Parts: sequence; structure tokens; C-alpha cells
Amino acid sequence: MDSSVQIVYSRPKSLTDIATSYCPGCTHGVAHRLVAEVMDELGIREQTIGVAPVGCSVFAYNFFNCDFVEAAHGRAPAMATGVKRVLPERIVFTYQGDGDLASIGMSEIMHAAGRGENITVIFINNAIYGMTGGQMAPTSLPGQKTTSSPLGRDVEMAGFPLRMAEALATMQGTGYSVRRSMHDPKNIRLAKKAIRIAFETQQRGLGFSIVELLSTCPTNWGLSPQNALRYVEEQMIPVFPLGDYKVHPALQGQRN
Amino acid sequence: MPRELLEGNVAMAEAAIRAGVQAYFGYPITPQTELLEWMSKRMPELGRVFLQAESEVAAINMVYGAACTGARVMSSSSSPGVSLMMEGVSYIAGTELPVVLIDVMRGGPGLGNIAPAQADYNQIVHGGGHGDYYPIVLAPSSVQEAIDFTVLAFDLAEKYRAITFVLADGNIGQMMEPAELPPMRSLERKLPDWSVTGAIGREKRILSSIYIKAEEEEVTNLRLLERWNVIKANEVRYKGYYLDDAEIVVIGFGTAGRVAFSAVRAARAEGIPVGLLRPITLCPFPAEQVARLARQAQSILVVEMNAGQMLEDVIRYAGGYAPVRFFGRMGGVVPFQDEILDEIQQLAKEAPKPDSDPRQRWIQHMKKILN
Repeated sequence: MDSSVQIVYSRPKSLTDIATSYCPGCTHGVAHRLVAEVMDELGIREQTIGVAPVGCSVFAYNFFNCDFVEAAHGRAPAMATGVKRVLPERIVFTYQGDGDLASIGMSEIMHAAGRGENITVIFINNAIYGMTGGQMAPTSLPGQKTTSSPLGRDVEMAGFPLRMAEALATMQGTGYSVRRSMHDPKNIRLAKKAIRIAFETQQRGLGFSIVELLSTCPTNWGLSPQNALRYVEEQMIPVFPLGDYKVHPALQGQRN
Repeated sequence: MPRELLEGNVAMAEAAIRAGVQAYFGYPITPQTELLEWMSKRMPELGRVFLQAESEVAAINMVYGAACTGARVMSSSSSPGVSLMMEGVSYIAGTELPVVLIDVMRGGPGLGNIAPAQADYNQIVHGGGHGDYYPIVLAPSSVQEAIDFTVLAFDLAEKYRAITFVLADGNIGQMMEPAELPPMRSLERKLPDWSVTGAIGREKRILSSIYIKAEEEEVTNLRLLERWNVIKANEVRYKGYYLDDAEIVVIGFGTAGRVAFSAVRAARAEGIPVGLLRPITLCPFPAEQVARLARQAQSILVVEMNAGQMLEDVIRYAGGYAPVRFFGRMGGVVPFQDEILDEIQQLAKEAPKPDSDPRQRWIQHMKKILN
């Protein structure tokens, strides 16, 4: 090869060649890539076992190039616990959406954090149920119109959106709980740094780690990909503030 | 190994440990909590995995995860908790993983009570989880059988990649009897080639119960069905007592079978030609044996601690060759041998009409007893 040609960008080894099935403009693709790049940089691809959720990313196991298991809806943290307790030397992560984690899986995620399970959770919060066609999620915004809240989320009837990064940060077993966004390149870079710290939290046995990633769903929001990114910035961040809600003291030097 | 006085729940737990169980995830529920408590002490002692989960839902999913790594893993619960596990059971079956589950049945439905019952038969034998799957179900009637069948459950589960139940009841869980535990097995074994352990130096592996293309799901379903045929052909187990010349055949499993045996012996002492078939595998059911006995007998008496669940299977396999009578205490009531002896004596005097509904007759009979 010509020595003046350099490869500066390529598919991470931790992603397979299979084209993802996500919608145009969906930030799942970005999140997958960030996790895969971190796995490559930390050299943990072969030690990693992923737990796939039920949701748009149900086939995540086709897109990541590592061992994977498929969980029932919401049960990924329990399944990950089973794997990690039997194989404590392995890196175990779950990848979950807002229905999976904050609705049906609420008990499993809270208790995994409560126990301080040394697992890493990548939480994709797009304030809606994507796979099933756009129903209200526990993270849907007040007034947000969805197929199961056609007049807009009525907080009198359905309550307020749940802030999981904050809630999980209250657990002593949590070593790292942060919220980032993927709506522009700067935030994507910050998201990647947080994902790396989360995996390092696990490597160093510092407790439960979670990165909540504000994400888009152009299809079910009925917005163009561009406007969907704007929606995250203008509508979601005020409800789900970005920030570090728990950072283990031993990780302090690595903030941001 | 010496015989010791052992409580059923503790015996099953220790039997699993001797059989090489590597991880136990469970949740307290009467009448099987002693099993969890024994595990909480012994598993850490042996450097194995114990975790009290936050619910039975979580427990079965922890079992699911651990089973994916090829580890020998189990859980235990009682009827209401087992209901919570049914989702996980279906997923485990759909992923074709070896798993052992112990159900120590209690009175129901709903919250019911903590007394012994057999009313989970349909749920466990005929698939309480969704979809087509075929569990192996073993029914002990003594502490020794509870030990032996727990060990057997692990072997069968692994042989067939099948979910295997030990279906006991609160009586067996809580009773204390002399029994012998097996010696400790080595934990060393070769991991199966499907186990998910991290793709070190090999291609990645996936374990999932999803077959999104219906045609592929059908292939999986056919595979499970064919495997079930092999299990049916090879793993039926039962005990028969005094059956060679029996004109009345009593059929009962677990505690009901055990009490029925006392009644059968008493009846034989009176000269009544009665015998007992006690299924050990409820699934695969000893269908051939029932069919054969129906052709030989004048009548069949099904004895259960429920409203008539195995009854339906017996009626089906008897194929109309012998009328079937039903004796069923419900809601956690445990029968005494005298009540069953009574039924046998009545049958000796007069066989049931061929077209009578055994359950209707029983309801009338119960009303008289309770009034």
C-alpha cells in the first residue's frame, strides 16, 4: 500500500459487518458505535458478554461482535447478574431502552444497582416505545402525544417522566451514573467518554455503572432526523438534565 | 453414605449441591424457604454462587443468564412464586437450556395458604409458560426420592437440554425422614459447545429464544417435538405395587400416592384385589402403563390433592376401557388413608357406571362430607 495513505476511520472490530436495522436518523447506530469503539480501545471484546433487550435493539446481538444473550423484556439486569456472578472475570453489559429499563424492568434495574452488581448498563432514553409503534413510555414528556396518549401525556393520569440516572445514583451500590446526549458531535464525544468510564468502573470493580443516553426516535416522534436532534436539545434536556449524578471517588480524576 | 434424619427442603438443597449445582438464585416463600436458607449457608462455604433475588421474576432470569454460560444452575419456589417464573420458563425452554426448578406446591389458587397441595400439575406438566415446550417433571413422595430425583433432574436436564422440574409439595418439603445423600460430585466438567462465556479465541456465540422468521421458529418447534419423542421413549418412570392381579387400580403421585399406598395395603389385607400405580415422571407420563392397566382393571381410582388435574390425563389414556373414579382433597387438605380406603371398599362393592362424571360424583360426595 502507498505509504502516504493512512486509514483514519474504520468499522470497530466490536461491530459486525451486518447492516443495522434502525431507522434513518435513529441514534441507536451512534450508541452502538460508541460502545464498540470503547470495547476496542479497552481491548475487552473477547471478554465481553452483552445482554440484549426487547425493543428496537432486540437484535443488537447481530450488530456487536461479541458473545451475547437475549433477555426477556426488562429482565436484562437480572440476566446480566446471573452471568456476572458465575463469570466474575468477564465484562457484562446490558443495552436497554426506556420501556425495557424504566417500565417493565424497573425492579430489576433498581435491584441490580442496589446490589452494586459490577455490570454496565447503556440506557437509550428516547421518551417513547419505538419497536411497538410509538406508545407512551415512563420517560415520555408531559403533553407528549403518543399512540397511547393521543391527547398528550396527562400528568394527572399518568404521572411525570421518570429520571433514572438520578434515581440510580441514590444507590450505594452505584459507582457511576450519568446522563449524556447524542444530539450533536460535541455531546457524542462526551457520551463516548462516559461510556468508557462506565466500562472502566466495571473493570475496576467499583460497582454498578450506567450511562443514560438521550436519543432520538424520528419515526415515532413524527419529526425529521434533523428536527428530532433539535427536540432532544430543546425539549428533552430541560426534563432530563445532562450531568454526573454519581461518580465513585476512585473515578474522580477521570471526570469528563 | 450414612442415613441421616433430613428435612425435605434441606435434603433437596444438599442433593443439588452433591450433584454439582454451581449457582442458586431464589426468593423466600413458604413452604420451601428452608431450601433457600440452606443454600445461603452452603454455597458460599463451597465457593459457589448464591443470591437471594428481589423476586421470583428476577430469580428465574438470573437462572436464565447463568444457564447461558453452561453452568449447572437451579431455583426453587412454591406455587405463587412459580407462577411468576412462567415467563422465564418459556424463555429457558425456547433457548434449550438445561435448568432445574423445584416447585414445593401449596394450596391455591391465588395466595391460598401454605398447606401442601398438588394443584400445580397442569401448570407444570401441561406448560404454564407460553408456547410449545416439553418439561421433564419428576414427582417424589419421600425425602429419599426428593434427593434422588433432584440429582436425576440435573442429569436429565443436561442430557436433553430440557427444563426439568422436581414437583414436590409442602408435606415433602417440610417432613423429616431418614435418608441417604449421595457423595459430592466434582464440579469439573467440559462446558457445552453452545455456552456463552466470552468469545476468547473463537467466533462469537449468541443464545436467544427469538426466531423472527416463522419458518425458522417452526424448525425449532419441530426439533423440540422430536427431542420430546426421544424423552418419552426413554425416560418414563413409575412405581407399581400389587398390580399383577389388581382389579381396582389406584393412581396417585407424590404425597397423595404415598397415602394411597397405605390405603392399598390396608385394602389388600382385607382381601381386596387393588394395586397402586405411582407415576414418578408426570411428564413424560406413564401413558402406556395406564392404558394397559385400564384393559386389565374393573375400575381406576385417581387420588390427587387438587380438583382433578392428573385425572384428565388418566381418563384420556384409559381410553374408556375402565371407568374412572376420583378422590381429590383440595385447597391444601391432605387426605388420610382411611378416606381412601373407604373409596376403595366402595369400588370393591360396586364399579362406577361407565359414563359417570368422576368429578361431579366427587363434588356431591364432598358436599355430604362437609355438611
